[in-house]
Amino acid sequence: MSFITYVISGISLGSVYAIIALGYSMVYGIAKMLNFAHGDVIMVGGFVVYSLTSSMGMPPIVAVVCSMIFCTILGVAIERIAYRPLRNAASSLAVLITAIGISYFLQNIALIIYGSSPKIFSSVITIPPLKLADGALTISGETVVTIAACIVIMVGLTLFINKTKAGQAMLAVSEDRGAASLMGINVNGTIALTFAIGSALAAVAGVLLCSAYPSLSPYTGAMPGIKAFVAAVFGGIGSIPGALIGGILLGLIEALSKAYISFQLSDAIVFAALIVVLLVRPTGILGRQIQEKV
Amino acid sequence: MAMLEVKDLQVYYGLIQAIKGVSFEVNQGEVIALIGANGAGKTTILHTITGLIQPKAGSVIFEGKDITKVPGHKIVSMGMAHVPEGRRVFANLSVYQNLKMGAYIQKDKKVIGETLEMIYKHFPRLEERKNQLAGTLSGGEQQMLAMGRALMSTPKMILMDEPSMGLSPLLVKEVFSIIEYCHESGITILLVEQNAKMALGIADRAYVLETGNITMSGNAAEMLENEDVKKAYLGV
Repeated sequence: MSFITYVISGISLGSVYAIIALGYSMVYGIAKMLNFAHGDVIMVGGFVVYSLTSSMGMPPIVAVVCSMIFCTILGVAIERIAYRPLRNAASSLAVLITAIGISYFLQNIALIIYGSSPKIFSSVITIPPLKLADGALTISGETVVTIAACIVIMVGLTLFINKTKAGQAMLAVSEDRGAASLMGINVNGTIALTFAIGSALAAVAGVLLCSAYPSLSPYTGAMPGIKAFVAAVFGGIGSIPGALIGGILLGLIEALSKAYISFQLSDAIVFAALIVVLLVRPTGILGRQIQEKV
Repeated sequence: MAMLEVKDLQVYYGLIQAIKGVSFEVNQGEVIALIGANGAGKTTILHTITGLIQPKAGSVIFEGKDITKVPGHKIVSMGMAHVPEGRRVFANLSVYQNLKMGAYIQKDKKVIGETLEMIYKHFPRLEERKNQLAGTLSGGEQQMLAMGRALMSTPKMILMDEPSMGLSPLLVKEVFSIIEYCHESGITILLVEQNAKMALGIADRAYVLETGNITMSGNAAEMLENEDVKKAYLGV
């Protein structure tokens, strides 16, 4: 029975990674950049909920919505102010370095406002735990909500990309920005929308993460951010189902290696797995093999 | 009044001046050829017209409106489509999705359906392969797809950049017959070509571009007979 418990906690953790990985993956696919500040938007999302619920006494669901709105605006603003001016820079390294700068900027702003000691984040999820197999197996409300949220987000995003005009515009921009512009697609607007969606998802991920692991500090987003990036690469960066598979796999590897191999070594095992995957499939599990005919 | 008027266009890449004050005009219903060697600036001019590049000086006027500062994505809805060099179809989307993308600015579903039907009629190959990924098409098929995609926006004018590039002589003929068809259906065409013979054969008027300057212009049929043009571009 304990094995199943570990698997479920792995899937739950993996679902959070998958939601964060989506943000990385979409931004990479469409804006062709690695937004290393993405993890810190998670932390901002967590702090917004923390402030609204604990100091202002807002109901959790309202706080979560406010946090999503706040992170959406933050993400779009970061893109507009920091990344867009560099879009046509000679080196793509410039925007990567800027992203790292933004990451530290957000961490330090949080440090000034909230200090470095971790805050206790009270879970916003109030549904009771699920008891299965006559009580031998208990699944926490957080786990249920996390997995459900992940499924809803994946299905919703897939529908959005395939069924809406804005989604089609994203596909076109991810393939060829110039040709997309010739079709009448507003490339800057499409990239801004991508950041908006990715950042709103980061806020959701932040809330889910802090509800499951109830401690919040300015560095909360850093490690999950890097792991979600690994998950995105794992699954094939730029691919939505890839982000899901990568996230879940990563969560499972982490949870199972914590349980059966070594708690301290779990992160090392996660990254080692990434190296193995990349050696076998350099474009990730669902990554596109580059095929172009001229 | 000219449909498209390019006035004293100057374009720089960094410090290098690629276009050194180019002026020309295209009248409604005309096929205009812009010929010149590699690196003369033909593609740069087309990119500047459709807003992919901003010029340093000069202006582009389309149907009496100054579109020099209009963002690229707004130009297609004014009625100007652009078939880019190297086709640039969306390789990982299907043929059908590519065509739908061409009608991105078109809101009327009925018009989209009719245009699609018209394109399938003229490019039966595209209909046969509508569910195939565009990246798996042959070069000629990709060129047809790129042209079909441009037609999906029901344009008044099409800019075509080297449509014959990399195609076999047979396919070049096919591509040119499509250009002719576009012309007959009333679409104004600005054709950029290295294949000067084919381009001059189809065009009403032509301009010769050399390292950022227009060095010659006039009636296309006369130009075919011109000794300088023959020597430099027709390989005679």
